[in-house]
Amino acid sequence: MKLPGRILLGLFCLLVAVWLIAPTIVVVPMSFNDKKSLAFPPSGFSWQWYQNFFTNPEWSASLVSSLKVAVVTAVFATIIGTLAAFGLDRMKSRVSGVLRALLITPMVVPGVVLAVGIYAVYLDTQLVGTMTGFVMAHTMLAVPFVIIAVSASLEVFDKRLETAAASLGATQLTAFRTVTLPLIAPGILSGLLFAFVTSFDEIIVALFITSPYLKTLPVQIFSSITRDADPTVAAVGTLLFIATSLVIGAGLLIGSRQGKR
Amino acid sequence: MAASATGSRDTGPAAAADDRWRWFRGQAFWLVAPALLLLVVCLGLPLAIVTLRSFSEPQWGWQNYVWFFGTPVNLTVLQRTFAISAWVTLVCLIAGYPYAYVMTVVGPKMRLVLILCVLVPFWVSGVVRTLAWVILLQDSGVINSVIRSVGLGPVKLIRTQTGVVIGMAQVLLPFMILPLYSVMKAIDLRLLQAARSLGASPARAFAQVYLPLSLPGVYAGAIIVFILALGFYITPALLGGPRSTMLSTLIQNQVLSLLNWGRGGAMGVVLLIATFVLLALAAPLSRQPHKTGSRR
Repeated sequence: MKLPGRILLGLFCLLVAVWLIAPTIVVVPMSFNDKKSLAFPPSGFSWQWYQNFFTNPEWSASLVSSLKVAVVTAVFATIIGTLAAFGLDRMKSRVSGVLRALLITPMVVPGVVLAVGIYAVYLDTQLVGTMTGFVMAHTMLAVPFVIIAVSASLEVFDKRLETAAASLGATQLTAFRTVTLPLIAPGILSGLLFAFVTSFDEIIVALFITSPYLKTLPVQIFSSITRDADPTVAAVGTLLFIATSLVIGAGLLIGSRQGKR
Repeated sequence: MAASATGSRDTGPAAAADDRWRWFRGQAFWLVAPALLLLVVCLGLPLAIVTLRSFSEPQWGWQNYVWFFGTPVNLTVLQRTFAISAWVTLVCLIAGYPYAYVMTVVGPKMRLVLILCVLVPFWVSGVVRTLAWVILLQDSGVINSVIRSVGLGPVKLIRTQTGVVIGMAQVLLPFMILPLYSVMKAIDLRLLQAARSLGASPARAFAQVYLPLSLPGVYAGAIIVFILALGFYITPALLGGPRSTMLSTLIQNQVLSLLNWGRGGAMGVVLLIATFVLLALAAPLSRQPHKTGSRR
């Protein structure tokens, strides 16, 4: 490609990149606002919204609920999803194709329709505002991500390695434990992370099945945004951003160290 | 369930060929069973109840559907939902295609930066991101100050369809870029060189070689963006106004505010059917990458 074309393409990509990350950037300065307003740029500096987040029981309780729900969801979804990915991998391709399509439908069902249905079921079974209710709904939403992540690593996994292990005298279980599992571990781990994030960030179903006693963080954020202009939301956003960056940074670091070995 | 059970039995002969896997294949269905059970309880049952109530409340019949398709406001919102989704898909495609291409040709460091830019939006909670768009798009917001500094009048962005499209497209752009990238990175760029060496102009080499090879990614990205856009709720609710209401907001309003499960259910069924019809129509197109992939 000629140089002007390259420059144009580069500039275009820069613009798209800015568009992608602008909303992330803008939240950070807002969180240090000195006034209770969402005008940008903020007029002064203060830590009060962070203080508010950690001291206001409404906010800290919702953070704790979200963490609880997301951790339990991630564990269940990873187990169920990994089993399913293995099952699909061992099946005849036509059957597994149909089942796979079926199992990832939660990703495409419109959120509000699903939420209305789940709300109806939960009203009849007294699951509204319960931990069980949240975990069940979120696990169902998170399983597809685990299946996709684990299937992706099973697809590139060379099954002859298991055969090789078996030919060297390993039992099926040993071969699985010492050969298969370590090789697909990155897939399982990324499935776990996806499941956690799916639950932690889920809002539509949560808005329907929430109660004053069990409110997840996104619900709290949503009600805060619709109620008034409270920069605490920006502080939460910044904290989430930092936390995720640390986790992903650690992941990359471990990944690159393993790559070097 | 019955069909899948026979399906797993069908694998019998194939398993006999590969003796080592017989045990595993026999168990294959049971490995998938917990996921299926969860799906039936948490997805099948709720959707069945929504469908049932759309026919049974307040009394049995088609009344809720007659009401839905007989009320002009509903039809306007339905049409708008499709229009906004189409705009969002188009914007994502225009922004995502060149971006995904550049991801395939730059060096590994630059590629990491570009991938990070795609993933960063996922790092910040979806609701917070929408708040950021409220801040950016508001009348006294950053975008309007930039527009004003070039000497143009303020543009109304918040509570307009344009604002909703900008915000939704940013949320959905990664879903366009990632499939595009995964298809594009498999395209052998030497094919382009070959086309050039045979006398094709760059434009022609692109149109006749690169574009057709990248189409599976385009289809896959466009379908997922369009379908996700159809069901969007949070972004239109916070960024939009009464004139940019989408179907999801109407459904929520019927069920939670008016407690009208019948009408809300009918709207939900309409949205659900639209989604699945689109998926069914698009399935042959999006399956293409799989076919090319299985040639190896």
